[in-house]
Amino acid sequence: METVADLAAALRARKLSSVELTEQTLTRIEAAQQALNAFITVDRDGALAAARAADAAIARGDAPPLAGIPIAHKDVLMTAGLRTTCGSRMLDNFTAPYDAHVVQGLKAAGTVLVGKTNMDEFAMGSSNETSWYGPVRNPWDTRYVPGGSSGGSAASVAARLVPAATGTDTGGSIRQPAALSGVCGLKPTYGICSRYGLIAFASSLDTPGPFARTAEDCALLLNAMAGHDARDSTSIDRPKEDYARKLRQAGGARPLEGLRIGLPREYFGDGVAPDVMSAMETVIADLRKLGATTVDVTLPAVKYSVPVYYVIAPAEASSNLSRFDGVRYGHRATQYRDLTDMYCKTRAEGFGAEVKRRILVGTYVLSHGYYDAYYLKAQQVRRLIADDFQRAFAQCEIILGPTAPTAAFELGAKTDDPVQMYLNDIFTIAGNLTGTPAISIPGGLSHQGLPIGLQLQANYFEEARLLEVAHRFQQATDWHRRAPAFAT
Amino acid sequence: MALTLEDIHRIAYLARIEIDAGAAAEVHAKLTAIFSMINELQAVDTTGIVPMSHAQDVALAMREDRVSEGDQHALYQSVAPAVEDGLYLVPRVIE
Repeated sequence: METVADLAAALRARKLSSVELTEQTLTRIEAAQQALNAFITVDRDGALAAARAADAAIARGDAPPLAGIPIAHKDVLMTAGLRTTCGSRMLDNFTAPYDAHVVQGLKAAGTVLVGKTNMDEFAMGSSNETSWYGPVRNPWDTRYVPGGSSGGSAASVAARLVPAATGTDTGGSIRQPAALSGVCGLKPTYGICSRYGLIAFASSLDTPGPFARTAEDCALLLNAMAGHDARDSTSIDRPKEDYARKLRQAGGARPLEGLRIGLPREYFGDGVAPDVMSAMETVIADLRKLGATTVDVTLPAVKYSVPVYYVIAPAEASSNLSRFDGVRYGHRATQYRDLTDMYCKTRAEGFGAEVKRRILVGTYVLSHGYYDAYYLKAQQVRRLIADDFQRAFAQCEIILGPTAPTAAFELGAKTDDPVQMYLNDIFTIAGNLTGTPAISIPGGLSHQGLPIGLQLQANYFEEARLLEVAHRFQQATDWHRRAPAFAT
Repeated sequence: MALTLEDIHRIAYLARIEIDAGAAAEVHAKLTAIFSMINELQAVDTTGIVPMSHAQDVALAMREDRVSEGDQHALYQSVAPAVEDGLYLVPRVIE
Protein backbone atom coordinates (compact mmCIF):
# COMPACT_ATOMS: atom_id res chain seq x y z
CA MET A 1 0.00 0.00 0.00
CA GLU A 2 1.10 3.52 -0.85
CA THR A 3 1.43 6.55 1.42
CA VAL A 4 -1.42 8.98 2.11
CA ALA A 5 0.24 11.56 -0.16
CA ASP A 6 0.54 9.04 -3.05
CA LEU A 7 -2.99 7.73 -2.58
CA ALA A 8 -4.47 11.24 -2.44
CA ALA A 9 -2.76 12.05 -5.75
CA ALA A 10 -3.95 8.78 -7.36
CA LEU A 11 -7.52 9.35 -6.19
CA ARG A 12 -7.52 12.91 -7.48
CA ALA A 13 -6.12 11.76 -10.86
CA ARG A 14 -8.91 9.14 -10.93
CA LYS A 15 -6.37 6.32 -11.32
CA LEU A 16 -8.16 4.63 -8.45
CA SER A 17 -11.54 5.10 -6.81
CA SER A 18 -12.05 5.36 -3.08
CA VAL A 19 -14.56 2.50 -3.27
CA GLU A 20 -11.88 0.24 -4.82
CA LEU A 21 -9.29 1.36 -2.29
CA THR A 22 -11.70 0.92 0.62
CA GLU A 23 -12.73 -2.57 -0.58
CA GLN A 24 -9.04 -3.56 -0.77
CA THR A 25 -8.48 -2.12 2.71
CA LEU A 26 -11.42 -3.98 4.22
CA THR A 27 -10.27 -7.23 2.61
CA ARG A 28 -6.77 -6.81 4.05
CA ILE A 29 -8.11 -5.99 7.52
CA GLU A 30 -10.31 -9.10 7.51
CA ALA A 31 -7.46 -11.30 6.27
CA ALA A 32 -5.08 -10.05 8.99
CA GLN A 33 -7.51 -10.01 11.91
CA GLN A 34 -6.90 -13.52 13.19
CA ALA A 35 -3.11 -13.12 13.17
CA LEU A 36 -2.87 -9.54 14.49
CA ASN A 37 -6.15 -8.75 16.31
CA ALA A 38 -5.55 -5.10 15.39
CA PHE A 39 -9.24 -4.13 15.15
CA ILE A 40 -12.10 -4.18 17.66
CA THR A 41 -14.79 -2.96 15.24
CA VAL A 42 -14.85 -2.82 11.43
CA ASP A 43 -17.51 -0.62 9.80
CA ARG A 44 -17.82 -2.02 6.28
CA ASP A 45 -21.12 -0.34 5.39
CA GLY A 46 -20.16 3.04 6.83
CA ALA A 47 -16.77 2.92 5.10
CA LEU A 48 -18.21 2.09 1.69
CA ALA A 49 -20.85 4.84 2.02
CA ALA A 50 -18.12 7.37 2.90
CA ALA A 51 -15.99 6.10 -0.01
CA ARG A 52 -18.87 6.60 -2.46
CA ALA A 53 -19.36 10.14 -1.14
CA ALA A 54 -15.62 10.82 -1.54
CA ASP A 55 -15.65 9.53 -5.11
CA ALA A 56 -18.61 11.79 -5.89
CA ALA A 57 -16.82 14.83 -4.39
CA ILE A 58 -13.69 14.05 -6.41
CA ALA A 59 -15.80 13.76 -9.58
CA ARG A 60 -17.45 17.12 -8.83
CA GLY A 61 -14.06 18.72 -8.23
CA ASP A 62 -14.83 19.98 -4.73
CA ALA A 63 -13.15 17.25 -2.71
CA PRO A 64 -11.35 18.09 0.56
CA PRO A 65 -7.61 17.31 0.80
CA LEU A 66 -7.78 13.73 2.15
CA ALA A 67 -10.91 12.71 0.23
CA GLY A 68 -11.26 8.95 -0.06
CA ILE A 69 -8.28 7.96 2.14
CA PRO A 70 -9.17 5.02 4.40
CA ILE A 71 -8.11 5.47 8.03
CA ALA A 72 -8.75 3.83 11.39
CA HIS A 73 -9.33 5.45 14.76
CA LYS A 74 -8.06 4.23 18.09
CA ASP A 75 -11.05 2.95 20.01
CA VAL A 76 -10.65 5.62 22.71
CA LEU A 77 -11.94 8.28 20.28
CA MET A 78 -15.69 8.67 20.12
CA THR A 79 -17.26 7.96 16.72
CA ALA A 80 -20.95 8.86 16.43
CA GLY A 81 -23.16 5.81 15.99
CA LEU A 82 -20.21 3.41 16.14
CA ARG A 83 -19.17 1.22 19.07
CA THR A 84 -16.39 2.83 21.15
CA THR A 85 -15.01 0.44 23.76
CA CYS A 86 -11.68 1.83 25.07
CA GLY A 87 -10.55 -1.81 24.95
CA SER A 88 -12.62 -2.40 28.09
CA ARG A 89 -15.41 -4.70 29.15
CA MET A 90 -16.81 -1.59 30.85
CA LEU A 91 -17.69 -0.08 27.45
CA ASP A 92 -18.23 -3.27 25.46
CA ASN A 93 -21.83 -2.24 24.74
CA PHE A 94 -21.21 1.50 24.33
CA THR A 95 -22.15 3.31 21.13
CA ALA A 96 -20.75 6.85 21.04
CA PRO A 97 -23.45 9.54 20.71
CA TYR A 98 -21.11 12.05 19.05
CA ASP A 99 -17.75 12.40 17.26
CA ALA A 100 -14.50 13.47 18.89
CA HIS A 101 -13.13 16.78 17.58
CA VAL A 102 -10.24 15.05 15.78
CA VAL A 103 -12.68 12.53 14.28
CA GLN A 104 -14.78 15.44 12.98
CA GLY A 105 -11.68 17.09 11.54
CA LEU A 106 -10.56 13.99 9.68
CA LYS A 107 -14.11 13.39 8.45
CA ALA A 108 -14.30 16.97 7.15
CA ALA A 109 -10.97 16.40 5.38
CA GLY A 110 -12.64 13.56 3.47
CA THR A 111 -11.11 10.47 5.12
CA VAL A 112 -13.00 7.19 5.10
CA LEU A 113 -13.30 5.59 8.55
CA VAL A 114 -12.92 1.80 8.17
CA GLY A 115 -12.89 0.82 11.84
CA LYS A 116 -11.71 1.15 15.40
CA THR A 117 -8.37 -0.23 16.50
CA ASN A 118 -7.54 -2.39 19.49
CA MET A 119 -5.72 -0.78 22.43
CA ASP A 120 -4.64 -1.29 26.01
CA GLU A 121 -7.65 -0.91 28.28
CA PHE A 122 -8.37 2.82 28.77
CA ALA A 123 -4.95 3.46 27.15
CA MET A 124 -3.15 2.03 30.20
CA GLY A 125 -0.34 -0.18 28.99
CA SER A 126 2.83 -0.35 26.90
CA SER A 127 2.29 -3.66 25.11
CA ASN A 128 -1.38 -3.81 24.13
CA GLU A 129 -1.80 -6.82 26.40
CA THR A 130 -4.35 -5.24 28.79
CA SER A 131 -7.17 -5.09 26.20
CA TRP A 132 -10.41 -6.90 27.07
CA TYR A 133 -10.37 -8.00 23.41
CA GLY A 134 -7.02 -9.76 23.69
CA PRO A 135 -3.52 -8.63 22.74
CA VAL A 136 -2.51 -7.15 19.40
CA ARG A 137 0.44 -8.91 17.79
CA ASN A 138 3.42 -7.28 16.10
CA PRO A 139 3.29 -7.80 12.31
CA TRP A 140 7.10 -8.06 12.20
CA ASP A 141 6.91 -11.19 14.36
CA THR A 142 3.61 -12.23 15.90
CA ARG A 143 5.34 -13.63 19.00
CA TYR A 144 6.16 -10.03 19.92
CA VAL A 145 4.10 -7.12 21.23
CA PRO A 146 3.37 -4.13 18.96
CA GLY A 147 3.81 -1.67 21.84
CA GLY A 148 0.99 0.22 23.47
CA SER A 149 -1.33 1.63 24.25
CA SER A 150 -2.20 2.46 20.60
CA GLY A 151 -1.00 -1.01 19.51
CA GLY A 152 -3.80 -1.69 17.04
CA SER A 153 -3.23 1.57 15.17
CA ALA A 154 0.54 0.99 15.01
CA ALA A 155 0.19 -2.63 13.89
CA SER A 156 -2.42 -1.82 11.25
CA VAL A 157 -0.21 0.87 9.67
CA ALA A 158 2.88 -1.40 9.93
CA ALA A 159 1.05 -4.32 8.26
CA ARG A 160 -0.12 -1.94 5.52
CA LEU A 161 -3.78 -2.57 6.39
CA VAL A 162 -4.45 1.19 6.39
CA PRO A 163 -2.19 4.04 5.24
CA ALA A 164 -2.80 6.02 8.44
CA ALA A 165 -4.53 5.85 11.80
CA THR A 166 -5.08 7.94 14.90
CA GLY A 167 -3.76 7.32 18.38
CA THR A 168 -3.53 9.04 21.72
CA ASP A 169 -0.37 9.61 23.74
CA THR A 170 -0.45 10.08 27.52
CA GLY A 171 3.01 8.71 28.38
CA GLY A 172 4.23 7.45 25.01
CA SER A 173 1.18 5.60 23.71
CA ILE A 174 1.69 6.84 20.13
CA ARG A 175 5.50 6.99 19.97
CA GLN A 176 6.38 3.73 21.72
CA PRO A 177 4.10 1.50 19.57
CA ALA A 178 5.24 3.44 16.48
CA ALA A 179 8.81 2.54 17.44
CA LEU A 180 8.13 -1.12 18.20
CA SER A 181 6.02 -1.57 15.06
CA GLY A 182 8.28 0.37 12.65
CA VAL A 183 6.01 3.29 11.68
CA CYS A 184 5.86 7.05 12.31
CA GLY A 185 3.87 8.40 15.24
CA LEU A 186 3.53 12.05 16.22
CA LYS A 187 2.58 13.44 19.62
CA PRO A 188 1.84 17.12 19.00
CA THR A 189 2.15 19.95 21.51
CA TYR A 190 -0.45 19.56 24.27
CA GLY A 191 -3.42 21.74 23.35
CA ILE A 192 -2.94 21.64 19.55
CA CYS A 193 -5.47 18.82 19.08
CA SER A 194 -8.67 19.01 21.10
CA ARG A 195 -9.41 16.30 23.64
CA TYR A 196 -13.18 16.67 23.10
CA GLY A 197 -14.56 13.16 22.59
CA LEU A 198 -11.31 11.49 23.63
CA ILE A 199 -12.36 9.32 26.57
CA ALA A 200 -10.20 10.78 29.33
CA PHE A 201 -7.34 8.92 31.01
CA ALA A 202 -5.09 11.72 32.36
CA SER A 203 -6.45 15.08 31.25
CA SER A 204 -3.25 17.12 31.71
CA LEU A 205 -1.28 14.65 29.53
CA ASP A 206 -3.69 13.06 26.96
CA THR A 207 -2.79 14.11 23.40
CA PRO A 208 -4.33 12.84 20.15
CA GLY A 209 -2.00 12.39 17.17
CA PRO A 210 -1.45 10.53 13.90
CA PHE A 211 0.26 7.30 12.82
CA ALA A 212 1.48 6.94 9.24
CA ARG A 213 4.36 5.56 7.20
CA THR A 214 6.06 8.92 6.63
CA ALA A 215 6.55 12.22 8.42
CA GLU A 216 4.91 13.89 5.43
CA ASP A 217 1.74 11.86 5.95
CA CYS A 218 1.78 12.74 9.67
CA ALA A 219 1.84 16.42 8.65
CA LEU A 220 -1.13 15.92 6.31
CA LEU A 221 -3.12 14.22 9.06
CA LEU A 222 -2.16 16.80 11.68
CA ASN A 223 -3.47 19.52 9.36
CA ALA A 224 -6.89 17.90 9.64
CA MET A 225 -6.69 17.11 13.39
CA ALA A 226 -5.33 20.36 14.84
CA GLY A 227 -7.30 23.49 15.54
CA HIS A 228 -8.97 25.40 18.33
CA ASP A 229 -12.05 23.88 19.93
CA ALA A 230 -14.07 25.80 22.51
CA ARG A 231 -15.39 22.49 23.90
CA ASP A 232 -11.94 21.64 25.34
CA SER A 233 -10.92 24.28 27.89
CA THR A 234 -7.23 23.41 27.34
CA SER A 235 -7.41 23.75 23.53
CA ILE A 236 -5.06 26.51 22.42
CA ASP A 237 -6.41 29.33 20.27
CA ARG A 238 -3.69 29.98 17.69
CA PRO A 239 -3.82 30.87 14.00
CA LYS A 240 -4.29 27.82 11.75
CA GLU A 241 -0.99 26.62 10.27
CA ASP A 242 0.03 24.25 7.48
CA TYR A 243 2.27 21.68 9.17
CA ALA A 244 3.55 20.43 5.79
CA ARG A 245 4.72 23.84 4.57
CA LYS A 246 8.43 23.32 5.31
CA LEU A 247 8.36 19.89 3.67
CA ARG A 248 7.44 21.41 0.32
CA GLN A 249 10.52 23.62 0.21
CA ALA A 250 13.42 22.33 -1.90
CA GLY A 251 15.92 20.56 0.32
CA GLY A 252 19.24 20.58 -1.54
CA ALA A 253 22.20 18.33 -0.73
CA ARG A 254 22.54 19.57 2.87
CA PRO A 255 18.94 20.41 3.80
CA LEU A 256 19.64 20.41 7.56
CA GLU A 257 22.47 22.96 7.39
CA GLY A 258 22.31 25.12 10.49
CA LEU A 259 20.28 22.61 12.52
CA ARG A 260 21.63 21.92 16.01
CA ILE A 261 20.62 18.57 17.45
CA GLY A 262 20.93 18.03 21.20
CA LEU A 263 22.06 14.64 22.45
CA PRO A 264 21.06 14.23 26.11
CA ARG A 265 23.49 11.94 27.90
CA GLU A 266 20.51 10.55 29.87
CA TYR A 267 19.11 9.06 26.64
CA PHE A 268 22.24 7.04 25.93
CA GLY A 269 22.79 5.38 29.30
CA ASP A 270 23.07 1.88 30.72
CA GLY A 271 19.52 0.67 30.10
CA VAL A 272 19.70 1.14 26.33
CA ALA A 273 20.22 -2.09 24.33
CA PRO A 274 23.46 -2.28 22.29
CA ASP A 275 21.61 -2.64 18.96
CA VAL A 276 19.48 0.44 19.78
CA MET A 277 22.65 2.36 20.67
CA SER A 278 24.39 1.44 17.41
CA ALA A 279 21.25 2.31 15.39
CA MET A 280 21.32 5.77 17.01
CA GLU A 281 24.99 6.21 16.06
CA THR A 282 24.15 5.47 12.40
CA VAL A 283 21.19 7.86 12.49
CA ILE A 284 23.32 10.65 13.96
CA ALA A 285 25.97 10.13 11.26
CA ASP A 286 23.26 10.30 8.57
CA LEU A 287 21.88 13.55 10.02
CA ARG A 288 25.37 15.07 10.11
CA LYS A 289 25.75 14.24 6.39
CA LEU A 290 22.58 16.28 5.82
CA GLY A 291 24.22 19.31 7.45
CA ALA A 292 23.12 19.01 11.08
CA THR A 293 25.55 19.53 13.95
CA THR A 294 25.22 17.93 17.36
CA VAL A 295 25.65 19.32 20.84
CA ASP A 296 25.72 17.47 24.16
CA VAL A 297 22.88 18.52 26.45
CA THR A 298 21.72 17.28 29.81
CA LEU A 299 18.28 16.58 31.25
CA PRO A 300 19.13 15.58 34.82
CA ALA A 301 15.55 15.42 36.17
CA VAL A 302 14.33 13.16 33.35
CA LYS A 303 15.32 10.11 35.40
CA TYR A 304 12.38 10.95 37.66
CA SER A 305 9.86 11.09 34.83
CA VAL A 306 8.55 7.55 35.38
CA PRO A 307 7.80 8.02 39.11
CA VAL A 308 6.34 11.49 38.44
CA TYR A 309 4.11 10.03 35.76
CA TYR A 310 2.96 7.15 37.97
CA VAL A 311 1.68 9.66 40.50
CA ILE A 312 0.11 12.24 38.17
CA ALA A 313 -1.46 9.94 35.57
CA PRO A 314 -3.11 7.53 38.06
CA ALA A 315 -4.29 10.50 40.17
CA GLU A 316 -6.03 12.03 37.16
CA ALA A 317 -7.27 8.60 36.03
CA SER A 318 -8.81 7.81 39.42
CA SER A 319 -10.85 10.98 39.09
CA ASN A 320 -11.72 10.60 35.39
CA LEU A 321 -12.68 6.94 35.62
CA SER A 322 -15.05 7.56 38.54
CA ARG A 323 -17.67 8.28 35.86
CA PHE A 324 -17.90 4.55 35.08
CA ASP A 325 -20.38 3.62 37.76
CA GLY A 326 -22.96 1.54 35.93
CA VAL A 327 -25.55 4.32 35.95
CA ARG A 328 -25.32 6.38 32.77
CA TYR A 329 -23.48 4.11 30.32
CA GLY A 330 -21.46 0.96 30.06
CA HIS A 331 -21.46 -2.22 32.10
CA ARG A 332 -23.64 -2.72 35.17
CA ALA A 333 -23.30 -5.75 37.44
CA THR A 334 -26.35 -8.00 37.54
CA GLN A 335 -26.15 -9.05 41.22
CA TYR A 336 -25.83 -6.47 44.02
CA ARG A 337 -27.27 -5.62 47.44
CA ASP A 338 -27.59 -1.84 47.24
CA LEU A 339 -26.30 1.23 45.40
CA THR A 340 -22.76 1.14 46.86
CA ASP A 341 -22.51 -2.58 46.20
CA MET A 342 -23.67 -1.94 42.61
CA TYR A 343 -20.84 0.56 42.10
CA CYS A 344 -18.24 -1.76 43.67
CA LYS A 345 -19.29 -4.86 41.71
CA THR A 346 -19.81 -2.97 38.43
CA ARG A 347 -16.29 -1.55 38.62
CA ALA A 348 -14.77 -4.85 39.80
CA GLU A 349 -16.29 -6.64 36.78
CA GLY A 350 -15.91 -3.86 34.22
CA PHE A 351 -12.25 -2.92 34.75
CA GLY A 352 -9.23 -5.15 34.17
CA ALA A 353 -6.32 -5.63 36.58
CA GLU A 354 -4.05 -2.84 35.27
CA VAL A 355 -6.82 -0.24 35.23
CA LYS A 356 -7.79 -1.18 38.79
CA ARG A 357 -4.16 -0.92 39.92
CA ARG A 358 -3.84 2.57 38.51
CA ILE A 359 -7.15 3.72 40.00
CA LEU A 360 -6.00 2.42 43.39
CA VAL A 361 -2.60 4.14 43.10
CA GLY A 362 -4.35 7.38 42.13
CA THR A 363 -6.90 7.10 44.93
CA TYR A 364 -4.10 6.55 47.45
CA VAL A 365 -1.91 9.47 46.35
CA LEU A 366 -4.90 11.82 46.48
CA SER A 367 -6.20 10.52 49.80
CA HIS A 368 -6.12 12.46 53.06
CA GLY A 369 -2.62 12.95 54.43
CA TYR A 370 -0.75 11.86 51.30
CA TYR A 371 -1.52 14.65 48.81
CA ASP A 372 1.55 16.78 49.62
CA ALA A 373 3.95 13.84 49.78
CA TYR A 374 2.92 12.42 46.44
CA TYR A 375 0.80 14.59 44.16
CA LEU A 376 2.27 17.99 45.04
CA LYS A 377 5.80 16.55 45.05
CA ALA A 378 5.25 15.01 41.61
CA GLN A 379 3.96 18.31 40.23
CA GLN A 380 7.08 20.04 41.54
CA VAL A 381 9.41 17.51 39.94
CA ARG A 382 7.34 17.86 36.75
CA ARG A 383 8.35 21.53 36.78
CA LEU A 384 12.04 20.57 37.17
CA ILE A 385 11.76 18.30 34.12
CA ALA A 386 10.09 21.05 32.06
CA ASP A 387 12.84 23.49 33.13
CA ASP A 388 15.51 20.99 32.00
CA PHE A 389 13.95 20.90 28.53
CA GLN A 390 13.82 24.69 28.27
CA ARG A 391 17.52 24.91 29.16
CA ALA A 392 18.30 22.24 26.53
CA PHE A 393 16.19 23.95 23.86
CA ALA A 394 18.24 27.11 24.40
CA GLN A 395 21.19 25.11 23.02
CA CYS A 396 19.49 23.16 20.22
CA GLU A 397 16.34 22.97 18.10
CA ILE A 398 15.84 19.20 18.19
CA ILE A 399 16.55 16.66 20.93
CA LEU A 400 17.36 13.18 19.65
CA GLY A 401 17.41 9.76 21.24
CA PRO A 402 15.87 6.31 21.10
CA THR A 403 12.08 6.18 21.53
CA ALA A 404 12.35 3.08 23.72
CA PRO A 405 15.37 1.39 25.34
CA THR A 406 14.85 -1.86 23.40
CA ALA A 407 13.06 -3.19 20.32
CA ALA A 408 9.79 -5.11 20.86
CA PHE A 409 9.67 -7.77 23.58
CA GLU A 410 7.76 -11.06 23.54
CA LEU A 411 4.13 -11.29 24.59
CA GLY A 412 3.92 -12.12 28.29
CA ALA A 413 7.51 -11.06 29.01
CA LYS A 414 6.58 -8.18 31.32
CA THR A 415 2.93 -8.78 32.25
CA ASP A 416 3.74 -9.96 35.79
CA ASP A 417 6.00 -7.02 36.58
CA PRO A 418 4.22 -3.66 36.19
CA VAL A 419 7.31 -1.62 37.08
CA GLN A 420 9.39 -3.27 34.31
CA MET A 421 6.54 -2.57 31.89
CA TYR A 422 6.40 1.10 32.99
CA LEU A 423 10.14 1.57 32.43
CA ASN A 424 9.59 0.97 28.72
CA ASP A 425 8.25 4.52 28.54
CA ILE A 426 11.30 6.09 30.17
CA PHE A 427 12.17 8.23 27.11
CA THR A 428 8.64 9.15 26.05
CA ILE A 429 6.98 10.25 29.32
CA ALA A 430 8.92 13.52 29.65
CA GLY A 431 7.34 14.81 26.42
CA ASN A 432 3.91 14.44 28.02
CA LEU A 433 4.93 15.99 31.33
CA THR A 434 6.34 19.04 29.52
CA GLY A 435 3.67 19.09 26.77
CA THR A 436 6.27 19.51 24.03
CA PRO A 437 5.93 17.77 20.64
CA ALA A 438 7.81 14.61 19.67
CA ILE A 439 7.81 12.13 16.82
CA SER A 440 8.99 8.54 16.60
CA ILE A 441 10.19 7.39 13.18
CA PRO A 442 11.84 4.15 12.07
CA GLY A 443 15.59 4.40 12.70
CA GLY A 444 17.02 0.91 12.30
CA LEU A 445 16.52 -2.78 12.91
CA SER A 446 17.49 -4.85 15.95
CA HIS A 447 19.72 -7.92 15.83
CA GLN A 448 16.50 -9.92 15.51
CA GLY A 449 15.27 -7.79 12.60
CA LEU A 450 12.68 -5.89 14.66
CA PRO A 451 12.17 -2.12 14.23
CA ILE A 452 14.04 0.43 16.33
CA GLY A 453 12.44 3.84 16.85
CA LEU A 454 14.19 7.20 16.69
CA GLN A 455 12.58 9.95 18.77
CA LEU A 456 12.94 13.61 17.78
CA GLN A 457 11.65 16.22 20.21
CA ALA A 458 11.14 19.94 19.68
CA ASN A 459 9.97 22.94 21.68
CA TYR A 460 6.32 24.00 21.99
CA PHE A 461 4.50 24.58 18.65
CA GLU A 462 7.56 23.58 16.57
CA GLU A 463 5.74 20.71 14.82
CA ALA A 464 6.45 22.08 11.34
CA ARG A 465 10.22 22.10 11.96
CA LEU A 466 10.09 18.71 13.73
CA LEU A 467 8.25 17.17 10.78
CA GLU A 468 10.66 18.81 8.33
CA VAL A 469 13.70 17.27 10.07
CA ALA A 470 12.02 13.84 10.07
CA HIS A 471 11.08 14.29 6.40
CA ARG A 472 14.64 15.23 5.34
CA PHE A 473 15.95 12.18 7.17
CA GLN A 474 13.38 10.01 5.37
CA GLN A 475 14.29 11.50 1.98
CA ALA A 476 17.89 10.37 2.56
CA THR A 477 17.28 6.97 4.22
CA ASP A 478 14.94 4.05 3.74
CA TRP A 479 14.11 2.68 7.21
CA HIS A 480 10.53 3.92 6.81
CA ARG A 481 10.16 1.90 3.60
CA ARG A 482 11.02 -1.39 5.30
CA ALA A 483 7.89 -3.43 5.79
CA PRO A 484 7.32 -6.67 7.67
CA ALA A 485 7.02 -9.82 5.54
CA PHE A 486 3.45 -9.93 6.83
CA ALA A 487 2.58 -6.87 4.72
CA THR A 488 3.60 -8.39 1.39
CA MET B 1 5.06 5.13 54.07
CA ALA B 2 4.71 1.36 53.73
CA LEU B 3 1.40 0.32 52.26
CA THR B 4 -0.54 -2.17 54.41
CA LEU B 5 -3.16 -4.72 53.41
CA GLU B 6 -5.60 -2.61 55.39
CA ASP B 7 -4.71 0.40 53.17
CA ILE B 8 -5.57 -1.70 50.09
CA HIS B 9 -9.05 -2.43 51.43
CA ARG B 10 -9.53 1.20 52.44
CA ILE B 11 -8.54 2.68 49.05
CA ALA B 12 -10.47 -0.02 47.17
CA TYR B 13 -13.57 1.07 49.06
CA LEU B 14 -12.80 4.75 48.39
CA ALA B 15 -12.44 3.87 44.69
CA ARG B 16 -15.61 1.73 44.84
CA ILE B 17 -13.87 -1.36 43.49
CA GLU B 18 -14.69 -4.66 45.15
CA ILE B 19 -11.57 -6.71 45.88
CA ASP B 20 -11.95 -10.12 47.46
CA ALA B 21 -9.60 -11.30 50.19
CA GLY B 22 -7.69 -13.60 47.83
CA ALA B 23 -6.92 -10.89 45.27
CA ALA B 24 -5.98 -8.28 47.88
CA ALA B 25 -2.62 -9.91 48.65
CA GLU B 26 -1.55 -9.80 44.99
CA VAL B 27 -2.75 -6.20 44.60
CA HIS B 28 -0.81 -5.34 47.76
CA ALA B 29 2.41 -6.88 46.39
CA LYS B 30 2.12 -5.07 43.03
CA LEU B 31 1.23 -1.71 44.58
CA THR B 32 4.12 -2.05 47.02
CA ALA B 33 6.52 -2.46 44.07
CA ILE B 34 4.96 0.53 42.29
CA PHE B 35 5.26 2.71 45.40
CA SER B 36 8.87 1.75 45.97
CA MET B 37 9.55 3.15 42.48
CA ILE B 38 7.41 6.25 43.16
CA ASN B 39 9.20 6.86 46.47
CA GLU B 40 12.38 7.73 44.54
CA LEU B 41 10.80 11.19 44.30
CA GLN B 42 11.29 11.78 48.00
CA ALA B 43 15.04 12.20 47.33
CA VAL B 44 14.49 15.26 45.11
CA ASP B 45 14.90 18.69 46.69
CA THR B 46 11.85 20.66 45.60
CA THR B 47 12.12 23.54 48.05
CA GLY B 48 10.49 26.62 46.54
CA ILE B 49 9.52 24.88 43.26
CA VAL B 50 6.11 25.96 41.97
CA PRO B 51 4.00 22.87 41.18
CA MET B 52 3.25 22.36 37.47
CA SER B 53 -0.33 21.25 36.95
CA HIS B 54 -0.51 21.74 33.20
CA ALA B 55 1.72 21.92 30.14
CA GLN B 56 0.53 25.39 29.24
CA ASP B 57 0.35 28.10 31.85
CA VAL B 58 -2.89 29.53 30.50
CA ALA B 59 -5.96 30.61 32.37
CA LEU B 60 -9.13 28.62 31.83
CA ALA B 61 -10.86 29.88 28.71
CA MET B 62 -14.21 31.58 29.17
CA ARG B 63 -16.99 31.32 26.64
CA GLU B 64 -20.27 33.05 26.15
CA ASP B 65 -23.09 31.70 28.31
CA ARG B 66 -25.61 30.62 25.70
CA VAL B 67 -27.55 27.51 24.76
CA SER B 68 -25.45 25.64 22.21
CA GLU B 69 -26.86 22.11 22.42
CA GLY B 70 -30.41 20.97 21.82
CA ASP B 71 -32.18 18.44 24.00
CA GLN B 72 -30.50 15.09 23.36
CA HIS B 73 -31.47 13.21 26.50
CA ALA B 74 -33.10 10.38 24.55
CA LEU B 75 -29.90 9.83 22.55
CA TYR B 76 -27.66 10.03 25.60
CA GLN B 77 -29.91 7.76 27.66
CA SER B 78 -30.12 5.19 24.87
CA VAL B 79 -26.80 3.76 26.13
CA ALA B 80 -27.79 3.70 29.82
CA PRO B 81 -28.27 0.37 31.68
CA ALA B 82 -31.71 1.34 33.04
CA VAL B 83 -33.92 4.38 32.42
CA GLU B 84 -37.58 5.20 32.93
CA ASP B 85 -39.45 8.39 31.99
CA GLY B 86 -36.17 10.14 31.20
CA LEU B 87 -34.63 9.24 34.57
CA TYR B 88 -31.69 6.96 35.32
CA LEU B 89 -32.74 4.05 37.52
CA VAL B 90 -30.55 3.00 40.47
CA PRO B 91 -31.23 0.73 43.45
CA ARG B 92 -33.43 2.31 46.12
CA VAL B 93 -31.35 4.43 48.54
CA ILE B 94 -34.13 5.64 50.90
CA GLU B 95 -36.46 3.04 52.38
